[in-house]
Amino acid sequence: MEFVKNVPFFCIMLCMVSAVISSMLPRKAARWITVFLSMAVAVMNLWLLCFLLRSNESFTYMMGHFPAPWGNELRGGLLEALMTIVFSLVILSSALGGMDKQEVQIDEAKQNLFSVMLDLVLAGMVSMVYTNDLFTGYVFIEILTLASCVLIMARQNGRTMVSATRYMIMSLLGSGLITIGITITYSLTGHLLMENIHESMVALHQSGSYEGPITVVIGLFFVGVGIKSALFPFHTWLADAYSYSTPAASSILSSVVSKTYIFFLIKILYRTIGFEVIRDNRVLELMFLFGIAAMIFGSLSAISSHDLRRMCAFSSVAQIGYIYAAMGLTLEAGFVAALYHMLVHSLAKSSMFIAASSLSDVSGNSKRFSDLRGAGFRHRTAGVCFTVSAMSIVGIPPLGGFISKLYFGKAAFAYGGAHMWVMLLALALSTLLNVLYFMKTVITLYRPARHDFENPDYRPDRRANAAMWLMTAANLLAGFLAQPIADLVHRGLAMFV
Amino acid sequence: MENLWQIINQHLDEIVAVILFGVGFTTLLLHRNLIKKIIGLNIMDTAVYLFLASLGYVEGRGAPILRDGLTSAEHYINPVPSGLVLTGIVVSVSVTALMLALTIRLYRRYHTLDFDQITLMMKGEDD
Repeated sequence: MEFVKNVPFFCIMLCMVSAVISSMLPRKAARWITVFLSMAVAVMNLWLLCFLLRSNESFTYMMGHFPAPWGNELRGGLLEALMTIVFSLVILSSALGGMDKQEVQIDEAKQNLFSVMLDLVLAGMVSMVYTNDLFTGYVFIEILTLASCVLIMARQNGRTMVSATRYMIMSLLGSGLITIGITITYSLTGHLLMENIHESMVALHQSGSYEGPITVVIGLFFVGVGIKSALFPFHTWLADAYSYSTPAASSILSSVVSKTYIFFLIKILYRTIGFEVIRDNRVLELMFLFGIAAMIFGSLSAISSHDLRRMCAFSSVAQIGYIYAAMGLTLEAGFVAALYHMLVHSLAKSSMFIAASSLSDVSGNSKRFSDLRGAGFRHRTAGVCFTVSAMSIVGIPPLGGFISKLYFGKAAFAYGGAHMWVMLLALALSTLLNVLYFMKTVITLYRPARHDFENPDYRPDRRANAAMWLMTAANLLAGFLAQPIADLVHRGLAMFV
Repeated sequence: MENLWQIINQHLDEIVAVILFGVGFTTLLLHRNLIKKIIGLNIMDTAVYLFLASLGYVEGRGAPILRDGLTSAEHYINPVPSGLVLTGIVVSVSVTALMLALTIRLYRRYHTLDFDQITLMMKGEDD
């Protein structure tokens, strides 16, 4: 076995060990450990990605001493490596960009624990992306939920506590549905490893037996993960959680945690249950409908909010709707579009949250639009970063968001019929609404201010600036390298089966 | 009628598990009292464990621990669901602990356990 195949396992262990060590270290050391850890994970996975590009086949990695049908496995493929690289880059830049804020907003004694939670998010993300075992996936879902709940309430005020509780309640409902889904899958197939489940599922599907239970299983996984990743009717916990926590927390929650859940759902639907089974089973029509509703209502809520970070939070609801609607088409092109959009959106949204916090810093710590006038001149880096990521989300070429909208349109055309028209109309309407609220924001940022904001205590935050430049570059790169990335997603998806 | 009774008898564990799951789920979702929400969470998790444990159990066989030199798998029940239940219990204990910690925090701040009231009081506060 090549040495590089140890990378996924090594990354998970490294994150876990660093989390334990960080809890005993002083806060500064713990923070830098998180930064270097996410950098190390990104670099190692880049190495793995290069190896997989050359070998062009996926591999499984046996955990413990029991072979396939009984033991636990990790599985590495192009898509997994790509996702891990992007997510760890997002964690890297969010940890870096939120570092100074952390010092102000979090209780001093608890600051290294915040870093511990970031390490755990990283561990949970890597393991959920790489795991080949449903139950291991469930355990790490819970670890990710616990860590993100603590991230929300790390900044202690009434709002974050209540929203953390609400997040926890909703997440636990989702986890309950997922566990019962896993249990029914196990009772149907007798397996927990994804490949073995897939074989049994295809056999069941071909024999035409147990159609009802299979539908229930797909529905349970979809609703469970939908609640956790804030799909439209289940998104009530999201707005407060994203807009009152620390910037690092909201950027990681919106870009890494929710996307990891969705990636796990794609693994379940596409790889575990199997593409042909979900295509013939019409329950995913619901996913399409919820996605379309989220695209419209998320954007409408974003327009009506008067607070910058709240607007970004609601825009996340709309973008998650895009991803679900594309998956609900149950076409390969739809999954490619969804995966590409996940990458682009996680880059754009994380930079947006970091930039938003810097912009409100130079506007007397206010997030209201009326105070944000001229903030783009007062903090040029944040202004540029916000504008670039807003343009990416709206879908202005050559940025990534444009390409993902192109792929959504292509997927809709490939499906044809009424779905095509619904998808295209929703896409057009939602883009229009996106333009409305993001252009309004960008114009506000560059309008002359009504009064001066002289804050003698304000020091420019160099680390946040570095993080914002890094993210702006990543956003631009995701647009310019759209074709290679989309090819990679294609090849990765082909490797899935 | 006879037939229905037979089905209920055969799948008693599963039926009870699903009913308990529903009870727990609705309590967690709809109850206003935070402590009762947590109780609902535990009922929901326990229902899943009952479902899992009854999947692995085979009538007349023993726990999967080697005894009397019997190595054939026919003498033992399926150990995997028991393992899953143990893992699940660990997860649910930690989740419950976190929820209880959150509840204590909220109670200290708002002096009530009614989540609707807490939400109302929170909306009256400044940021």
